[in-house]
Amino acid sequence: MSTVISARKLSKRYGSTVALNETDFEIQSGRIVGLIGPNGAGKTTALKAMLGLTSFEGELTVLGRDPRTERDALMQDVCFIADVAVLPRWIRVREAVDFVEGVHPRFSRQRCLDFLSHTKLKPDMKVRQMSKGMIVQLHLALVMAIDAKLLVLDEPTLGLDILYRKQFYKDLLEKYFDEEKTIIVTTHQVEEVEHILTDLMFIRDGRVVLSATMDDVSERFAEVMVGPDRVEAARALKPIDERQVFGKSVLLFDGVDRKRLQELGEVRAPGVADLFVATMKGTYA
Amino acid sequence: MNTMKWLLKREFWEHRGGFFWAPIIVGIVFLLLNVGGIVATLAAAGRAHIQVGLIKFDTVLRNLDPDALRMAGAGVDMTLYMVAGIIGIVVGFVVFFYCLGALYDERRDRSVLFWKSLPLSDAATVTSKVLSATVVAPLIGTVAGILTGVGVLLIIAIFFAFYGQNVLGLLFSGNPLAVLLTLVAGIPVTALWALPTVGWLMLCSAWARSKPFLWAVFLPVGAGLMVSWFDLMQSLTLPDVWFWEHVVARLLFSVFPFSWLGAGGFFEKLEGMDNEQEVMLNLFGFRDVVAPLASPEIWVGAAVGIAMLVVATRLRRWRDDG
Repeated sequence: MSTVISARKLSKRYGSTVALNETDFEIQSGRIVGLIGPNGAGKTTALKAMLGLTSFEGELTVLGRDPRTERDALMQDVCFIADVAVLPRWIRVREAVDFVEGVHPRFSRQRCLDFLSHTKLKPDMKVRQMSKGMIVQLHLALVMAIDAKLLVLDEPTLGLDILYRKQFYKDLLEKYFDEEKTIIVTTHQVEEVEHILTDLMFIRDGRVVLSATMDDVSERFAEVMVGPDRVEAARALKPIDERQVFGKSVLLFDGVDRKRLQELGEVRAPGVADLFVATMKGTYA
Repeated sequence: MNTMKWLLKREFWEHRGGFFWAPIIVGIVFLLLNVGGIVATLAAAGRAHIQVGLIKFDTVLRNLDPDALRMAGAGVDMTLYMVAGIIGIVVGFVVFFYCLGALYDERRDRSVLFWKSLPLSDAATVTSKVLSATVVAPLIGTVAGILTGVGVLLIIAIFFAFYGQNVLGLLFSGNPLAVLLTLVAGIPVTALWALPTVGWLMLCSAWARSKPFLWAVFLPVGAGLMVSWFDLMQSLTLPDVWFWEHVVARLLFSVFPFSWLGAGGFFEKLEGMDNEQEVMLNLFGFRDVVAPLASPEIWVGAAVGIAMLVVATRLRRWRDDG
């Protein structure tokens, strides 16, 4: 395992808005990292900085290179899906496959065609005739046929229906990912990605506020459901969040001894979504 | 090198309509108009009880003296140049709007993010667009122009053939091969000459947040109006005619064919001729195409154009639309 991305005091401002605020983080190879944060927290800016699409202050290396000055070399090993529907509308499936094969040394035509054969896409179809889901399928087929070391996905399933979304992550996990590769994904649909993630990164107000493996997360955080009689006792342990379910309270704890929690009630691993809500409390206030 | 081939293909796929179909369709329409013109003339002649074909053109031709025959040949060559020129103007418009959209459309539909996800440098991408505008499109236009010109000659020949006259000899008494070579030689000259316009339009295309056309046209025209106005106020010694001709026109119209004629001293040459025959025989040829290369203006303009393209490339590299 080696370090794929390393950021030190990474900063970026747009006019008076601070998008990234001297944040530090590291990403190791062979991981699937979920970069999760509220709107405007700096997710997309962080990804853009990694991909050399924007200028920044501080230090950032991706696969040992500076994305500002070595972008052309970097893109041999890095691929990204920036957003849904960025494929040019005039291009045909056949042309897109030919083109990427022509310009990308790590592209496998066979893999791409294999993937396309499981879709309804036809070689002569133009992007403008496709539904949003089909465009993403084409984009994913092109990207998955590239043997990149780092794949960055920024809201790759935005606006897709649940069938496409499930299929997208299934394909990514089963047909693409291996220990040589690293995937970074941002999304608002946290529930749909949490089972494929190996690492979690929460970003808030331009800073990475939590960076941990999923194993660490389930060890560190715990959720306890307690009846009304034990709520006060539970609150004394300083939960980071509390919500009500069927007259019972669900309290979320960070780093509290498991034995003590088990005395209060049923202990579960919290969902990423609940953890997210607890961590981001007051963001929009 | 292989990447460049694919980048050029990509531009061609996207702009097949402008690069390929536009000159062909204009050529076909032009030929149909010729046929229509001949048919209309015949109909008019019929109504006026004029019999066509009484004058035996081919006999006349055969008895022409060599000087007159050379004149006729030069006339045929001129026809070819003119037809190619008409199609060249169409290509000029195509290239103008292609350049304006080249670095703007991809930002508007966000497909730039797809191109940038591939190992394609900004320099290679911009170069492929410049080559498409200055080589690919003019080359296709030139071929279409020559074919259309030959088509016009054939239509005339067929028309005469209906009246049992063979004028093919006359039609090819010119030097179509020389016309072809001259037109092909004109492509690199036009490319060099067009660089300031290509550079300016692509710079606007890379820079404008919206409406690149308005920026591209109104900035130079506005500057020209300012210069003219100051000139009127006599507070500036910069002659406004010079500014319009060597700045405004160079930024906007240099993609049009033969717009470099002036720089090669073409108009001075015409003024120096005193009889019609001389004009006809020496009107236009290979020498007129290469003459602009001797003027500093084409080289200064090309350097300015390349500088603007470098800025456009940097803009494409660092542009971050939030």
